[in-house]
Amino acid sequence: MGIVKTEDLVYEYIRRDEEGNVEGITRAVDEVNLDIRQGEFIAILGHNGSGKSTLAKHINAILNPTEGTVWVDGMDTGEADKVWEIRQTAGMVFQNPDNQIIGQVVEEDVGFGPENMGIPTKEIWERVEESLKAVGMYEYRRHSPNKLSGGQKQRVSIAGVLAMHPKCIVLDEPTAMLDPSGRREVIRAARALNDVEEVTIILITHYMEEIIYANRVFVMDNGKIAMEGTPREIFSQVEKLKELRLNVPQVTLLAYELKKRGIGLPDGILTTEELAEALERIRP
Amino acid sequence: MLRDITLGQYYQTESVIHRLDPRVKLGGTLLYIISLFFFHNFLGYGVAAIFLAVVIRLSHVPFRFMVKGMKAILFLLLITVGFNLFLTPGTVLVSFWKLTITKEGVRLAVTMAIRLAMLIIGSSIMTLTTTPNNLTDGMEKMMKPLKTFHVPVHEVAMMMSIALRFIPILLEETDKIMKAQIARGADFESGNLIKRARALVPLLVPLFISAFRRANDLAMAMEARCYRGGEGRTKMKPLIYHRRDKIGYLCILIYLALGFFIGRL
Repeated sequence: MGIVKTEDLVYEYIRRDEEGNVEGITRAVDEVNLDIRQGEFIAILGHNGSGKSTLAKHINAILNPTEGTVWVDGMDTGEADKVWEIRQTAGMVFQNPDNQIIGQVVEEDVGFGPENMGIPTKEIWERVEESLKAVGMYEYRRHSPNKLSGGQKQRVSIAGVLAMHPKCIVLDEPTAMLDPSGRREVIRAARALNDVEEVTIILITHYMEEIIYANRVFVMDNGKIAMEGTPREIFSQVEKLKELRLNVPQVTLLAYELKKRGIGLPDGILTTEELAEALERIRP
Repeated sequence: MLRDITLGQYYQTESVIHRLDPRVKLGGTLLYIISLFFFHNFLGYGVAAIFLAVVIRLSHVPFRFMVKGMKAILFLLLITVGFNLFLTPGTVLVSFWKLTITKEGVRLAVTMAIRLAMLIIGSSIMTLTTTPNNLTDGMEKMMKPLKTFHVPVHEVAMMMSIALRFIPILLEETDKIMKAQIARGADFESGNLIKRARALVPLLVPLFISAFRRANDLAMAMEARCYRGGEGRTKMKPLIYHRRDKIGYLCILIYLALGFFIGRL
């Protein structure tokens, strides 16, 4: 069994009127089966309301399945006494950087998780130092989080999760509120953790540019997994992505349009360099 | 504009007073304030003033920062002095129109002014030399015995530090909402008091909604990081008494002994 596994996972939001009667049921996650191996970089893609954030909250045991089961490192998230161990194994970074930083100084915020776990003081300091260095925020350890940029705040949040020594980090749209340079910073930090520390990364996003580094991509639509595969496999199905209301990166779109007009390009081009090389090869 | 408000009035510098354990400073300030109300003669206030002067000297905080705190209560000080001066019965010194100044009144007014001034300066030394975070930490540790009476000490301290963290964020948000409302024709500056208070409603409603949303997010983020109350929690920066803190306590005791010996003659 992998680090995260779901079986026929269903989650329903129940809307109630003022008397508490059921008004309607929305199925946010519908029969999802995932099996993620330790050390993978996974991207879950989907437009707003596709159920990707709801799915993410199950991995951290913030939500419990209506039907089906979620296992994190072999532990069933439905078991109440395992909740804290699960949250320690699968850390979570949220969308809004301001609403998840608790400390008034960067280092204190990073120490918050280990403090909750009851780690001895000396080890907390070691973990804080090592986590801040891993995301490149060590020089800012004595700063107030209010004075940092969005990308820096998100890196502090990642360090805060990393200090709990998780096996897996779920990033729930960590870049949605950032500018392009902040977005790059955060993705770079996540990739470094995956490469160097071999932490499993589950990146939830609606920016397609961010998924090109993933080992596997899941595309969600209407609570279901609509597509699954490597980034290249996903990007080669431009028509289907458009159907799912996702914005295909410009390079991929350009290559696709060129191919449609009879230029012999391969499917699923991801970067500008790749396109340039492919064009060079077919130069008469 | 709203962003410029600095929270607390911590003055960043290196000094012995800054490095003292917050518990020493809290306890010391409390004892100092109480002592001010027990002196019978002006010599006692002399001792208190010398003690204060030495602490100010040691704290490396410019004196004008302490006087700043005085400005806020200047009005209160004037009223107190006025009332004491004119309304104390006793031997009449001067009398004009309906007002009389008595000998006892002058004495009481001067004592009151000295007490209040020293009280404000004394407590502002504490807030000037201690970070808000340190202060809540100190309070949490000092109040710990109250836990046996089911006082939620840890929770209150956690709430205080979260409030401190979110005040600048909410101020910024208020600023943003205000600008958005002004852009749509809201008027916060003209009209009488009632009109102005009513103009604040479209400012407060979105602010409250956003604050609740933030609180919800934060609670989720805290739970995701294994927060489950004060039980079994360790501290990254635990408060430990050092030699300087013991010396600090000793100094306070010496001051109290001296003050009571001289001030109650």
